[in-house]
Amino acid sequence: MSAAAETLPAPLRDPAARGRLGALVVAIVVLWPLLALAEFKPWRLLDPGGLQVMANFLAGFLPPSTAPDFLALLAKATVETLAIATAGIALAFVVAVPLAVVATRSLAVSRIGPGPGRAAGTAVRTAARAVLTLLRAIPEVVWALVFVRALGLGPGAGVLALAVTYGGMLGKVYTEILESGDTRSARALLEAGSPRVAALFYALVPSTAQELASYTVYRWECAVRASVVMGFVGAGGLGQLMDQSMKMLNGGEASSILLTFLALVIIADALSAVIRRVLA
Amino acid sequence: MSSDMATIARERPCWSCVALAVGVVAAVAASFAYLAVDWKQLFGAESMRLMAKFVAEFFPPDLSPAFLAKATWGALQTFAVAAIGTLLAAVAGGVLALPASGRFGLAAQLASRLVLNFLRSVPELVWAALMVIAAGLGPFAGTLALALHTTGVLGRLYAESLENAPRAPEQALRDSGSGRVAAFAYATLPLVVAQGIAYALYRLEMNIRMAAVLGFVGAGGLGQLLYFHLSIFQQPQAATLLIAMFVLVFAVDSLSAFVRGRMLPAHA
Amino acid sequence: MSELAHDVRLVSASLVHPNGHRALRAVSLALGAGERVAVIGPSGAGKTTLVRVLATSLKPSGGGLAIGGVDPWQLGVAALRRLRATIGVVHQSPPIPPRLRVVTAVLAGRLGTWPAWRSLASLFVPRDAAAARTALDRLDLGERVFDRCDRLSGGQLQRVGIARVLCQQANVILADEPVSALDPALADLSVGALVAENETRGATLVASLHAVDLALKWFPRIVGMKDGEIVFDRPTAAVTSAMLHELYATEGRVLPQQGVDVVDRSVRRANVVVLKRPGCQ
Repeated sequence: MSAAAETLPAPLRDPAARGRLGALVVAIVVLWPLLALAEFKPWRLLDPGGLQVMANFLAGFLPPSTAPDFLALLAKATVETLAIATAGIALAFVVAVPLAVVATRSLAVSRIGPGPGRAAGTAVRTAARAVLTLLRAIPEVVWALVFVRALGLGPGAGVLALAVTYGGMLGKVYTEILESGDTRSARALLEAGSPRVAALFYALVPSTAQELASYTVYRWECAVRASVVMGFVGAGGLGQLMDQSMKMLNGGEASSILLTFLALVIIADALSAVIRRVLA
Repeated sequence: MSSDMATIARERPCWSCVALAVGVVAAVAASFAYLAVDWKQLFGAESMRLMAKFVAEFFPPDLSPAFLAKATWGALQTFAVAAIGTLLAAVAGGVLALPASGRFGLAAQLASRLVLNFLRSVPELVWAALMVIAAGLGPFAGTLALALHTTGVLGRLYAESLENAPRAPEQALRDSGSGRVAAFAYATLPLVVAQGIAYALYRLEMNIRMAAVLGFVGAGGLGQLLYFHLSIFQQPQAATLLIAMFVLVFAVDSLSAFVRGRMLPAHA
Repeated sequence: MSELAHDVRLVSASLVHPNGHRALRAVSLALGAGERVAVIGPSGAGKTTLVRVLATSLKPSGGGLAIGGVDPWQLGVAALRRLRATIGVVHQSPPIPPRLRVVTAVLAGRLGTWPAWRSLASLFVPRDAAAARTALDRLDLGERVFDRCDRLSGGQLQRVGIARVLCQQANVILADEPVSALDPALADLSVGALVAENETRGATLVASLHAVDLALKWFPRIVGMKDGEIVFDRPTAAVTSAMLHELYATEGRVLPQQGVDVVDRSVRRANVVVLKRPGCQ
């Protein structure tokens, strides 16, 4: 039973070895030009001029600015950010719901059987899903930039940008939630000839309302963050204020805004968690 | 049966749901009122005509070879920024996930979790603005910004994976005299690496979109080009860049889904 | 090779689990270097705990342990690690990550002797696949050497765990029900491979087995455990079927068996069952 000691076993070839070494070579070959494209030069962080500017900027962070008129601006900007997020999500909801109702398979009458109009039904659903994907493809900040150019500076651009992008995101998730809930009761209603909207409200919504609402609240929380980011391109709120302060290298104001932003995010997180727990 | 009827009769409406619904409607109405956006003026006839004119200027997009080359270069640069940033973040997140999962005691866990939360909370655009000051304009700032933010995100996910991984295989190797690094690599790492790569690829999809946006603050790539051309109202060029953005996002999404969908090969 | 083997001495060891359960009560066991012993007993007797205490995985709450004359719990970190590298443990359910390939899982037995960089390099390209193949061949599993562990059955995985210990070339081998998932022929083969380590390399071997026939066939000394205590510790020739039945009384009238054709029915005396043990003397 023991291994033969006279003949040394021949070295065994690992079948995966060649593939792995090949993959390593490919990775290095691809990585090099990527590093060049990204102008990856870590030593630039240690450039003395840049370090000086950075040091001055960071030194200006403390103490955070507490000038009364600045604080008033800060409060106004905070409320504006919250308003942009809430209005944006509301519009996104208005965009998402019809698209989701059209796109979801749970409300498809032609699929029962399958019955007449199957091809047309599938085409419409695919088109609705494509619209949702299209809405989601471009980040909201890009839309904000375009809308700022079209409508001028201010919160309107941010609200519309949120409506478009978050409409796509909400729509896609609503579609999936509606399909993952209790679809049999909806189907039963459709088979009894009920209109789709009725089937939606009598069968799908009661069983999925909690999940739908929970995701909407989560998206609202993301919208608060996104509103700040969009402000950097001129869509109002905390972001626009921060952009102005940083352009003037006013570290004190920037740190006040940053602290307010962190506090806002924490409060939004907490509020969202509370609401989702209430809904559960 | 009668008790069911009694229960239905006695069932009270959900007051907290009603209160919540009322609160939500009030908040939305208040938001619109506060913003006081003059929707009538926005969607009035004159305004719509101007908007239509604005949108029409996007077509046809500029498809001249010179500009297409520029757009392609921008797309490649954006991809490079997102890829390198995500790669750095995966490594840094992995390293920080070790103390964050409690392997080196409570103090290290709290400290590393604090660092990860901080990195995560600051949005990428803010990091980019800071990195532009530290490292100068250009794609390097974007790479650093993505790396910093994504480290926070991936680090937290990796820490949770490590916490959930069973301890028995690693303990068995330690009991057989293996060193700590080797035991980790042979026993715990195989349990978490497949999920870790999936998380990193998912973040790459998000980072591609963000990398385009970071260009707005000067971090190179498609975003910087888009910002520039929109600032000087060159809509056809902006249209080309938007199309390039869409194509890039679609390509990376598909690639990521393909790699994630395939059965990943054996760990070692 | 017997000068490298360790003797194992457990003196009056007790172990109480955190939930209050007394797993071991004043257990004493002494093995000379190069000796082999089978531990048998019903489920819950404490066999697994005994093996884990001997393997320095669990520290006894009372009593003492000496391996090679040294108390492992008094050693420093580096010395304890070196000692553990010479102790091989076969687990009943091998703690092997599913995504690992068999070759890497088997070579992991060498981790105690490899420096860190070599261990990591071996993950990328296995350093000594031939040795892994040799160990697996002894367990009739050689052709699966490059397969993934999650493609193996429970019995095959158990044999991979044994192969890992063979690859480790340990001086003390502790096996906790190493063949519970194997069919009779493979169980016999696997126990035989472990016994071969003892006979050719002189490794000290302690194997806890649920099946009585394998213990009687392969081991010259049997320890019976019940309720955390050692009930008997005898040479196999002196083990009577009455003792066995009393040991397994809680499990019914039939003794657990796993092997095939173990009993030589041509020789049987009144209350002693004499068994054929191939390759032992």
